[in-house]
Amino acid sequence: MTHPLPMSRRTMLQNSLLGAAAFGVPAILAGCSNPADQGTPGTGGAAARGTVSVGSNASDEVPKKALQTVVQAFTQADVKINTVDHNTFQENINRYLQGRPDDVFTWFAGYRMRFFAEQGLATDISDVWQGIGADYTPAFKQAATGSDGKQYFVPFTYYPWAVFYRKSVWEEKGYAVPKTLDEFTALATKMKSDGLVPIAFADKDGWPAMGTFDIVNMRVNGYDFHISLMAGKESWTDPRVKQVFDTWRGLLEHHQPGANGRTWQEAAQSLQQKKTGMYLLGMFVAQQFPESDLDDLDFFAFPEINPQFGQDSVEAPIDGYMISAKARNVEGAKQLLKHLASAASQNVATKLDPGTLAASSKADTSGYSALQKRGAELVSQAAHISQFLDRDTRPDFASTVMIPALQRFIGKPDDIDALLKDIEAQKTNIFR
Amino acid sequence: MTRLRARRHSSRDVVVLSIGLGVAIGVNVAFIWGPTLASIVLSGTDWNGISEIRWVGVENYHDLATSYPPFWTAVRNNVLWLAFLGLVATPFGLFCAVLLDRRIRFSRLYQGALYLPVVLSLAVVGFIAQLVYSQDYGVLNAVTGRETDWLGDPSVNIWVVMVAAAWRHVGYVMIIYLAGLKAVDPALKEAAAIDGASETQAFFRVVFPTLRPINVIVLVITVIEALRAFDIVYAINKGRNGLELLSVLVTENIVGEASRIGFGSAIAVVLLVISMGFIIVYLTQLFREER
Repeated sequence: MTHPLPMSRRTMLQNSLLGAAAFGVPAILAGCSNPADQGTPGTGGAAARGTVSVGSNASDEVPKKALQTVVQAFTQADVKINTVDHNTFQENINRYLQGRPDDVFTWFAGYRMRFFAEQGLATDISDVWQGIGADYTPAFKQAATGSDGKQYFVPFTYYPWAVFYRKSVWEEKGYAVPKTLDEFTALATKMKSDGLVPIAFADKDGWPAMGTFDIVNMRVNGYDFHISLMAGKESWTDPRVKQVFDTWRGLLEHHQPGANGRTWQEAAQSLQQKKTGMYLLGMFVAQQFPESDLDDLDFFAFPEINPQFGQDSVEAPIDGYMISAKARNVEGAKQLLKHLASAASQNVATKLDPGTLAASSKADTSGYSALQKRGAELVSQAAHISQFLDRDTRPDFASTVMIPALQRFIGKPDDIDALLKDIEAQKTNIFR
Repeated sequence: MTRLRARRHSSRDVVVLSIGLGVAIGVNVAFIWGPTLASIVLSGTDWNGISEIRWVGVENYHDLATSYPPFWTAVRNNVLWLAFLGLVATPFGLFCAVLLDRRIRFSRLYQGALYLPVVLSLAVVGFIAQLVYSQDYGVLNAVTGRETDWLGDPSVNIWVVMVAAAWRHVGYVMIIYLAGLKAVDPALKEAAAIDGASETQAFFRVVFPTLRPINVIVLVITVIEALRAFDIVYAINKGRNGLELLSVLVTENIVGEASRIGFGSAIAVVLLVISMGFIIVYLTQLFREER
């Protein structure tokens, strides 16, 4: 429902029709646990450990092909991939994991992973991590660790969020990458006088504005406060939160107006058509650029606001794999996770899906596109990696409270105090 | 007495009756009353679908009314929706039916054009509405040269979406009334005309009252359409930012990853109570007539 990457590759039609049919969905999921459909047999003739089933939300063509290709190289067991529409998969994850889940399933790092681990719906894979731990930076390991200190998740790929722009436009007008908020504002003012809408913006789907909130909060108050706020441990009426919205409100006049009625695809197209000057989004923004314009796309890290934190945090949602608590072939599943954790597998995936980066630090980056290389560099320089608002907090809080709240802020940016009071009241109800 | 005795059921009748009725009652309880009661019970709990069910009494209702801003917007929108369909779209459908009934030129063409949207599902109407209303690419802004954010501005969007919903509703109502008007005995109109009634008088005093059974059907359809409205706003922006409806909030809380089952059930119960209000009024009317 609120996940950036997959939304991107889906047409509006598919998306909403499937959403509307969500009531009928558990049956579909149940049907898919039966490893009969869409099987991708492993190439291994021995099949010593039987079959491993994988529940995949990679319903879009590119990631689907990437997973299939990666899995084909796995020889220790047969693998059956059961692909379910991305949004459907997410919306039914509760019922799926309690019903007859597949052995391995695709999921997201952060709070969203910890939540299911805490409910006892995931298998502890700390032993797998003893073998693969050296391939990951501590930040990735932390993102794969549950609240009990054990690992439940294998990071596969990720994609950073940054401010994207077209090099040709910037060269032509002589713009320079802003390092601080003041420079950022000055640049925006200059763009406006040059007839550009400075910052492309869209929040019709409810989640893109979360990216702006996250990065402004981490720049103003730092990563630790952000995560603590997401975990429900801080008050939303805290002056520090108010400062985030105040800062954002100051920037909002440079944003494309009417964001609540625009999809991110439309906003990305305005960047591509040189109507807007820059756009804060995930690397998947590139999907809206034709092949010939891709080399013209570049980005910079969101500028510093509070010198105490500088630009030390970056938002980079990690996708990966977990083993369900009800897995029938745990041993085979663990072997498969090791295979997925290998640099070789991730190289294959990032080559097929250039909107993503390999999570393993051993991955070979020489095959990366220019944009991928810059993305990897951005993340490797960051001290903290956040996952995205809807992955760093409770799903019910993200979808039923934060989406309406941020849309309300965009519509009426001057009403911050009442807004924060409302968020806090709902947070108290949800996090009790 | 003999008549009564003749009506007494044989044991075979009793078996047949209890099987027939029993199945109906069983299905009814399992698929209607069971889930309804379950919703009511769940609305008093805090449950995410995984952990233990925790009893919280009326807390969900309290939270709903005091600290869930989308709720009151949704109630307002549902009422608006009902009023708009009932007071604008339905009379307009009747008006179209009356015009078409007069066999004006090209009436077949108009009839087809007005009825066409009815074959589309509301979800599809939602997509069409986006093509028309989109701020950057919509037909409306392109033609008028405006920059209005029709779908993103919460003070405007509910109205334009209701217009889109009414586009479909008008055709639906029109075709039902048209059928009703065709069935009205022309002699009635003639008689009224001979008695010196103007056309307006003839319609309101003579024709309209004979349409009473049709009116009841149309009323029920309108109420049902208003309360079950869901797909069009869900297709447009998932029913957020000014397009909240109770049905959407129920889905949003229960079906999605959120899984606030207790809270969502409380919203569902509110929707149930509102529907019950209309159902009770309708049924009492119906039974009074039969007597």
